[in-house]
Amino acid sequence: MLKNFKITTAMIFALVVAGFSSSASAGVEGDTITLGSAISLSGKYSTNGLHTQRGYDFAVDRINSRGGVTVGGKSYKLAIKYYDDESTPARAAQLVERLIQQDGVEFMLGPYGSGLTKAVAPVSEKFGVPMVEAEGASRSLFTQGYKYLFAVLSTSEQYLAPAIELAAAKAKAAGKDPSSVRVAMAFENDPFSLDVRAGVVDAANKYGMKIVIDDKLPADLSDMSTTLTKTKALKPDVLIISGHSKGAATAGRQIEEMRIQADIVAITHCEAAKVHTKFPNASDGMLCPTQWVESSPLKDGMFGNAAEWNADFKAAHPSYTAVPYQTAQASAAVLVYKEAFEAANSFDQVKVRDAIAATDMETFYGNIKFSEAGNNIAKPMFMRQISGGTYNAIITADDMVFPRKASY
Amino acid sequence: MLDNLQLLFVWAPIINVQIILEGIFVGAIFALVSYGLALVWGVMNVKNLAQGDFVIMGAYLTFTLSKYGLHPIFSLPIVLVIMFGYGWLIYLLIIRRVIDNDMFVSLLATFGLSLVMQQFMNVLYGPEVQIIDSKLPVYSMFDDFVTVPMAKIISLILAGTFALIIVIFMKKSRMGQAIRATSQDARAARVLGINTDRVYAFTYALNAAICGVAGVLVSIIWIFQPFYGIQYSLRAFAIVTAAGLGNLPAVIGAGFGLGLIEKYTSMILGTEYEIAAAVIMLLIVLIWRQIHLRRSRQVVR
Repeated sequence: MLKNFKITTAMIFALVVAGFSSSASAGVEGDTITLGSAISLSGKYSTNGLHTQRGYDFAVDRINSRGGVTVGGKSYKLAIKYYDDESTPARAAQLVERLIQQDGVEFMLGPYGSGLTKAVAPVSEKFGVPMVEAEGASRSLFTQGYKYLFAVLSTSEQYLAPAIELAAAKAKAAGKDPSSVRVAMAFENDPFSLDVRAGVVDAANKYGMKIVIDDKLPADLSDMSTTLTKTKALKPDVLIISGHSKGAATAGRQIEEMRIQADIVAITHCEAAKVHTKFPNASDGMLCPTQWVESSPLKDGMFGNAAEWNADFKAAHPSYTAVPYQTAQASAAVLVYKEAFEAANSFDQVKVRDAIAATDMETFYGNIKFSEAGNNIAKPMFMRQISGGTYNAIITADDMVFPRKASY
Repeated sequence: MLDNLQLLFVWAPIINVQIILEGIFVGAIFALVSYGLALVWGVMNVKNLAQGDFVIMGAYLTFTLSKYGLHPIFSLPIVLVIMFGYGWLIYLLIIRRVIDNDMFVSLLATFGLSLVMQQFMNVLYGPEVQIIDSKLPVYSMFDDFVTVPMAKIISLILAGTFALIIVIFMKKSRMGQAIRATSQDARAARVLGINTDRVYAFTYALNAAICGVAGVLVSIIWIFQPFYGIQYSLRAFAIVTAAGLGNLPAVIGAGFGLGLIEKYTSMILGTEYEIAAAVIMLLIVLIWRQIHLRRSRQVVR
């Protein structure tokens, strides 16, 4: 009896194993190309993870409904295999290894965020699997010499540097030397924000501007009153703050409380922290960087221009009132794959990698052309200014309301 | 650093007013949270690592109530009652089972509780940073150089009133006396007919309620997120350790002291040293105390 039971168990086990191994799809099987991604569907990045996933899925649906990907005269459909990385780097790295080794995925899409991308990039690199990522902006991703990592977005040091350019342009227009501009800045002490800081410092040095406050904020920041007190005393022309959404929320709340007046105030993650609705007074006139603006005139054959992509995405997901750029760039990453497969006309990983590296195209998201290091060098960061609760794109310095005059 | 000192004392000394005010407002919240911790630590010898998460839970309860249109100030009594009940429940479920074990069991149990609470709030409310707009005015003085939001004044008054009520309660009421008796000698209290199990439950529940009140105040003056509890726990531990357990007025004093030290450190050295200031204060107090003890220590040879 017991022996029988053991044999039965062993047989069931064998069946299950066999079942699993046969269900492990190869990267390209039949007429389906399976891309893989570890994405944060739970944990602290889950909101943005979901935005990313919807961007990927929206692009896959669109490409499939318009004839799919044509390679060697045959049409293929795209599919994505996801695992939830629980917002933890170690788990993400594990899952990417599993996608590649057990599930046989040959082409990867990135996870959400610089931290997780940093964790998974060495894994896909080790197996020679190309990865096009849309959500990791940290400069340090592109100094490691990775050959298989490509990013469609602008790197983080470009986030707030345009605010300095705008300040310089305004100073020149007023007949002053840009070096007379005084800059106050506060950045969270984390890799992303320090990258942003490096870009701002470079830009300020270029014009010889004086940095009067240079504070670093702790990771669990909920109070920057001392930085703002200094700002009040020193009256700088430009105030720049970056610390993810908690930094933006804290800045919004305390700028309003402390009635800070500076000609230019620029902050990252305004949309995510909803400063425009939560602090209508303080946010008026604030500059917020974005990877992408809906009013961008650039277009591609698949999604049309930015406004069309935006409208179609909203039609598919009516719960969105404003679509975050995280979603737009995720769609662009999938588009890069489609073009690369067709250009390579093959599913050989090295050939596809070379085709991705040679990408030079116009999309609804912006121009995409990768540097040797893998970051997109053809697309600038955009600035938007909050005005009466809406975000207006700043294409030239004349579009900007200057000086910012918040009424408290 | 020199620039900052000059700014403080030469160029714009008026900003000292702002910094001192900020320090007092921050200190009031710290004092409240530390008071609760000192109570639980002193009476039950439980080091409650979930202290900060109680605060954040109070903030999220306020957040939920504000969605139903209730102003944070008026939701305070409701949060107080809910947190009291929650504290009692946690006592029955967890704390009662670990209270007689050694220190590490209670540390581990409350650490586990802290993790569970964080994740539960994360699942329920999502990881986004939240704020509550109390819609209270901001007062400004000296040509906008010093601004004081009404929300912070109210929170200072509430924290003070609440602390006063607890002190009177501990001195005058039957339960307060029972709590103090139990903390002095639990066994003797039991012999004299005090139901120590009930006293423990009440103490733990009271602590949760105090943290809940602190949470309401945090929600109207700062921002919160499911994982923000640790900074309140950390500071409460530093304050209670530095002030000593038996000494409740000292705990409140140390709370305000830490608030001021943090703000001045942040002003002079930079905001990144704010939390370091808390830990350094603790270190200095411990070293100083060690030296003092050594001087009066007598060794039997």
